[in-house]
Amino acid sequence: MDGFLSLFQSYNVPAAFLVNLELTFWSAIFSAILGIILVVMRISPISSMRRVAAGYVELFKNMPLTIIMVFMVLGVFAQLKISFSDNFDTNFFWLAVVGLSLYTAAFVCESLRSGINTVPLGQAEAARAMGLNFMQSATLIIMPQALRGSVAPLGNTLIALLKNSTVAAAASVATETSSLMSEMIEFRPDVIVQIFLIFAFGYVILIIPIGVLTTYLSNKLAVRR
Amino acid sequence: MRAIHYASMTILNETQQDAAREDDGKYLVELEHVEKHYGNLHVLRDINLKVKKGEVLVIVGPSGSGKSTMCRTINRLETIDSGVIRIDGQPLPQEGKALAQLRAEVGMVFQSFNLFANKTILENVTLAPIKVRHMDKTQAEREAMDLLARVGVDSQANKMPSQLSGGQQQRVAIARALAMHPKVMLFDEPTSALDPEMVNEVLDVMVELAHEGMTMLCVTHEMGFARKAADKIIFMADGQILERGTPDEFFEHPQTARAQEFLSKILTH
Repeated sequence: MDGFLSLFQSYNVPAAFLVNLELTFWSAIFSAILGIILVVMRISPISSMRRVAAGYVELFKNMPLTIIMVFMVLGVFAQLKISFSDNFDTNFFWLAVVGLSLYTAAFVCESLRSGINTVPLGQAEAARAMGLNFMQSATLIIMPQALRGSVAPLGNTLIALLKNSTVAAAASVATETSSLMSEMIEFRPDVIVQIFLIFAFGYVILIIPIGVLTTYLSNKLAVRR
Repeated sequence: MRAIHYASMTILNETQQDAAREDDGKYLVELEHVEKHYGNLHVLRDINLKVKKGEVLVIVGPSGSGKSTMCRTINRLETIDSGVIRIDGQPLPQEGKALAQLRAEVGMVFQSFNLFANKTILENVTLAPIKVRHMDKTQAEREAMDLLARVGVDSQANKMPSQLSGGQQQRVAIARALAMHPKVMLFDEPTSALDPEMVNEVLDVMVELAHEGMTMLCVTHEMGFARKAADKIIFMADGQILERGTPDEFFEHPQTARAQEFLSKILTH
């Protein structure tokens, strides 16, 4: 117990978790927007749109996140000189958000597509038969039902995103949990077990409510047919 | 069985009925030399069909004869390989705005109802008039309630489709199609997915529509309806139209062996 106390006294653990929550929050918003655009492209009647979206998803789904994050720093920032801020911490934070969003959007797209598969074909046929155009049937009929059908896979994607936010260390975000953990291990090798337990349970405590909430929502929002 | 109280009411209002009756004799739907294949399967073979304004055409035939496919080609839910389909003199457009506009003129009722599961009954009926015809919301709702009353489900207006029985859902689907003031109505086996005791409530609405002068194409297995409401019967088998005639001609004096066999199978029990 003393080990835990001294760790909490000398390191600001909650602040590190807060950085991961912030990374997750912004990446969730941007990947949701990009994911919705991708999935609409994937079901669009224009075949070149479908191919571009499918290519994007295959590329980012199958690429290790660490590589994307390192590329954001060494490629996008150091080589291409694209920068979000003169402040190093802020800059790396947003580079990490971009990397996480690009990666997670592929999984959001796949989750939504599984939701679209739960919408019977007849719904789209009825919408088309009434004279609604593609965007109208997508936004008024298909996507609202698909979203309800993809609550559970979207929840899993969010959980994965929160855990993946630790990879931001690879994008030089030095304030988040896995960076702090490395630092603590380096300076306090006497309490390594406690250090692991703090971070392991920290994530479990954050993630359990997400799982409970998505299970509740996917039952409550399920489309009755 | 519950008396159908709306049987005496009219579904279309006076002006719609007049519009439906005027310039009789003009062809509203024309199919010329329509061909379609699914891979090796030749589902539509040289289909030629003309439907006059106000005419009620009933298409019968064994399963897999291509009658549903033919019905669905008319608003391009199925594409065709060759041939011409014209609605009110205009050839059916390819994809895009023109096609959406044309579909708005053609009402469609499906076997599986296909009411929008995320919308209330009232919203199902008002959606297309508001979004496609840019009708004012209050007017769309007034017309929708009127139509729902005429098909006898106005008391369910604020429920979700899944809370209604199959027969009620199908009557809503008919009201939803009528809300667009279509020139022609397509019915693709509208009673095939219904419990037996709900078939009549839907057929009554269809008979009423037919008597009011709506141009209709109905794919159905309901021979009673065909006798009662059809101006002309089309018999299809193996992707071809084998017979066409009045109900009397078809039911009493079928010409082809295929039609005689079909009728003997369904009319003997």
